[in-house]
Amino acid sequence: MSEIALPKIDRSIVSNKSQIVKKLSSLTNPENVLSEADELRPYETDALSVYIQTPLAVVLPENTKEVSEILKYCNEENIKVVPRGAGTGLSGGALPLQDAILLGLGKFNKILEIDYENKCVITQPGVTNLGITHAVEHKGFYYAPDPSSQLACSIGGNVAENSGGVHSLKYGTTTNNILGVEMVMMDGTICKIGGKSFDQEGYDLMGLICGSEGLLGVVTEVTVKILKKPEVVKAALIGFPSIKEGGDAASEIISSGIVPAGMEIMDKALIEATDNFSKAGYPRDAELLLIVELDGTESEVNELIKKVEIICKKNNCSSLKLSKNEKERLSFWAGRKAAFPACGAMAPDYYCMDGSIPRGKLAEALLEIKKLSEKYNLPVANCFHAGDGNLHPLIMFDGNDKEQLRKTEEFGSEILKTCVRLGGVITGEHGVGIEKRELMCEMFNDNDIQQQLDIKKSLDEKNLLNPGKVYPILRKCAEEGRVHVHKSKDKFPDLPRF
Amino acid sequence: MSIKAKINSQIFQDSNNIYYPKNESEVSELIRELYKNDSPTEIIGHNSKSFIGNKAQSANTMSLSKLTGIIDYRPEELYIKVKACTPIEEVEKTLDENNQELAFEPIDFGYIKNGVSNKGTIAGYLSCNYAGSRRFKVGSVRDHVLGFKGVNGKGDIIKSGGTVVKNVTGYDLSKLIAGSFGTLVALTEITLKVLPKKDSSNTISIYIDKSEEIFDLFIKLSSSSSEISGAVYVPNKSKDDDFLKKKNSVLKFNDLKSNTSFLAFRVEGDKISIKEKIKNLSKELELDKFETSTLDVHQSEPLWKKINNLEIFENTKNNLIRMVIPPAKGSNLLKFLDNKYKYFVDWCGSLFWIEVDEQKEEKIKELKKIALDSGGYLTVIKTSADYDYGESIFTVDDVRLMISEKIKKSFDPKRILNPGKMYRGI
Repeated sequence: MSEIALPKIDRSIVSNKSQIVKKLSSLTNPENVLSEADELRPYETDALSVYIQTPLAVVLPENTKEVSEILKYCNEENIKVVPRGAGTGLSGGALPLQDAILLGLGKFNKILEIDYENKCVITQPGVTNLGITHAVEHKGFYYAPDPSSQLACSIGGNVAENSGGVHSLKYGTTTNNILGVEMVMMDGTICKIGGKSFDQEGYDLMGLICGSEGLLGVVTEVTVKILKKPEVVKAALIGFPSIKEGGDAASEIISSGIVPAGMEIMDKALIEATDNFSKAGYPRDAELLLIVELDGTESEVNELIKKVEIICKKNNCSSLKLSKNEKERLSFWAGRKAAFPACGAMAPDYYCMDGSIPRGKLAEALLEIKKLSEKYNLPVANCFHAGDGNLHPLIMFDGNDKEQLRKTEEFGSEILKTCVRLGGVITGEHGVGIEKRELMCEMFNDNDIQQQLDIKKSLDEKNLLNPGKVYPILRKCAEEGRVHVHKSKDKFPDLPRF
Repeated sequence: MSIKAKINSQIFQDSNNIYYPKNESEVSELIRELYKNDSPTEIIGHNSKSFIGNKAQSANTMSLSKLTGIIDYRPEELYIKVKACTPIEEVEKTLDENNQELAFEPIDFGYIKNGVSNKGTIAGYLSCNYAGSRRFKVGSVRDHVLGFKGVNGKGDIIKSGGTVVKNVTGYDLSKLIAGSFGTLVALTEITLKVLPKKDSSNTISIYIDKSEEIFDLFIKLSSSSSEISGAVYVPNKSKDDDFLKKKNSVLKFNDLKSNTSFLAFRVEGDKISIKEKIKNLSKELELDKFETSTLDVHQSEPLWKKINNLEIFENTKNNLIRMVIPPAKGSNLLKFLDNKYKYFVDWCGSLFWIEVDEQKEEKIKELKKIALDSGGYLTVIKTSADYDYGESIFTVDDVRLMISEKIKKSFDPKRILNPGKMYRGI
C-alpha cells in the first residue's frame, strides 16, 4: 500500500467506537451498521486500490431521514463521515478514514419515478448509471453521460464526480444532464434543489454540488434528464501515418463545424496493445488511430461522414473504414474499450493519468510524453478523448521494483504538469480525490484554494464531511496523481475504462 | 495616486460618482478599500439589465465597463475568453466571422426595458443566466461557461475552471457565479464555450389554440429524435386589442397567418436534414390534421429574434413575469391564463412570459402559487413603477435561502457586492 498524508486521527473517536456503533444502530436498522473487521473489509478502498484504510464503522441508511439523523449526530459529536456510492471512483474520493463513519448509499437503489412527458427520471443515488438507461430504453430514451464504468457506478457518485464519458462534447457531463437533487448537509439539513423544471433561480447549488466529491453534502435523490435516442449512429475508423496529421484532422473536424457524438484517438502503442488483446482489426501500420462517431437523422449523418472523409483524406489518412451496421460500429469501439486491460496484459502494473488539454495541443503533448517515456525508460500508451481534450496516458511498469515505482510517480506528475502548461487541467473526469490533491497548486493559487475552502467551511464548519480529499493537506505540490493497477487487479477488472 | 486617494478624488469617478476601474487589479484594490471601509457597492456594466432584480442597497456604484476586449478566441478549440464587460454584440460579430455562435441565444432585454436594442455585456448576461429560445435543447448560459476570473468581496482575485470542456478540478464555481446577480464576485474575465452555427433554419407554424392540443404537440416535439431547436406558442386571445395589434405587427411575416394563435417550431441544420426532419415530424405530429405554414430561413431567423427578444412586450410599463414550470403542467396554466393575460410560451412548453397589469400584485402572488404548486418558479423580470415589493420578485425557500446566505458570506463576508440585489440579507 502506498503512503499518503491523511487528516490527524482523533483517538477519542476511535476509542469510543462501541458507543458510536450503538447510537448508529438506534438511528437505522441495526443490521445496517457494520463494525466487525470482516464486515468492513469490502469498504477499505474504492477503485484506486493502491490506498487502503479500514473505516471505524460502515452505516447503510435506508432513507433520507436516516441520513439526516446520522449526519446530525456525527456533526454534534465531531465524527468524520466519508460518503460512498458504488466505490468505482478512480481518485480515492471514497477512501475511508480510521476515525470516520463510512456512509454507504447502497440501499438507495430504487428508481422512484419515470416521467416521459417531462423527460426525466427521479432516482435514488445508488442506482447505476446504466440502470437509468435500461429503465427507459424500451421507449427509445437514454441517459446521456456514459462514464466507462457505467455498468457499476452509481448516479449519486456521478453527481459527486461530475462524471463524463465519450460523448461529453456533444451531450455534456453530469452537471448538464441533471435537473434536481435532494441532499443532506453535514448538520442534517435536508435541501431540495431544482426538480422537473429547467434552471432553478438563485445560486446554482446543484452546479456547486455536482463535482464536489462528497465534501459539501450527501445526495439522496437525483432528477436526471433523459433524451430520445438518435435515429442513426455511425462510426468511422481512420488510420494516420503520423501523430501530427491525425491530430490536425481531429482539430479540423471540429473547426469545420462538425460536433461529433464521440471522437477518440489512440497512439501506436495502444493500437498494438488493444489489437493484440481484443482482435479489433485496427490498422496496425498506423501511427495514430481516430474513431469518429456521428449521430442524427440518416441524411444528416451521411452528410457529416462525407465531410469527415474529405478532411481525413486531406490530412493523408492511411486507412478509412465506415461502420456498415450496429455490430460493426460496436466492434470499432471494442478495442478502445479494452485499452486498460490491454495495458494490464503488457506489464505487471500500469498507472492511468487523467489530464485535459486543448485539442490542438495533442501532438505537442504526445511528443512531450514520448520524451518523458525515454527519460524515465518506461513504456507508455496514450488514449485521448479528442472531442473534449481528455488525455489518458497509461504508464506501464513493475510495482515490485521500488525504483520503477518512484520513476513512474515522477513521470506521471510531469505529465499532469505538462497538461497544465499546455493550457489544460490536472483532472478531466476522474476527480481529484486524494490522488491529485497536492497537485491542485499547479492550477490554483492560494486565493483560489482559499475561496474553495471558505465555501467548504460555510457548509461544513467543522470539516467533518470527507476531510482530507481534493484540497492539499501539505500545501505543497507532491509528486502524485495516478491510478495504480497491480497485476491487472483493478477492483473492477471487467469494466471497460475509457 | 493611491487607491484611497483615487476613491476620494474625481479621477476615478465620473460626475455621477461612479467608479471606473480600468483593469482587474484596480477592481481588486477598489473592493479591498471598500471592504476596509464597510462600504457596499452596486456593480454595473452597460446597464442593459440593471432593472432586473431588487435595487442594490449601496452608496457606491462601480462600473466594470472599461474591462472590455477579447483576450483569446480559438475557433478550433470552441472557446472564447473575454474581459468581463465585452459587449455581447462584439462577441457575436467575432464568432459569426468564423461561422460560430453563443448557442444559448442571448436575449436582447433592451426592447422590454425602453424599446431600444441593448444586449449588454457578457458579464451582465452571465450574472442573470437567462437563456433564449434554444435553451431546452442546448442548456442555459451556465452550461456554456468554462471558467472565470473575478474579485470576491474581500478584494481577492480568484479564478475557477479553464478553457477545456472536461474539467473536474475543484468546485465548479462557474456555475455558482451564473445567475448570482453580481452578489458573489465582480467578474473580470469569462471563458465561454462556443459552437458552430447551423447552415439554415425553417419554421413550421401550426394554427391551434386548444391547450390540450398545444401541450400534446409540445410533448411530442420534445420527444422526437428529429431534434428541434425552438418551439413557441403565441396566443391571439387577449382582451386587450392594443396588445393584439402589437403582437400582429411585430410578428408580421408573409407566411405567418395574422390574427390567429399559433404554435411554431424551428428546425436547424443543412438543407437536406431540415427537409428530412420536417418530413419525420409531420408524420409524428400528424400535421396533416392541422392548418400549417412553413417559414423559410429568411422569415424563420427574424421570427425567432423577435420571439427571443420579447418584442411583443416592447417598452412595457407593466410587470413582466418569467415563469418556468415542468412542461406537462403547462396545459392547466394555459387554461388559467386564457384571455385574461398577455403572454406567450417558449422552451417547448416550459417557459411562460406573462404580463401583469400595474397595481395587480395580488395576481403575481396567485401566479407564484401556481408556479410553486407545479414544481417551478417565477421571477418578476420587470416591475411596474408602482410595484411595492410586498411580494418578493424572486422565488426561494427557507432552506435554500439559508444555504445561499452561507455561500454569500464565504465570498463576501461584509456584503460589499450588490447587497440586497437578489434577496434581503444577501
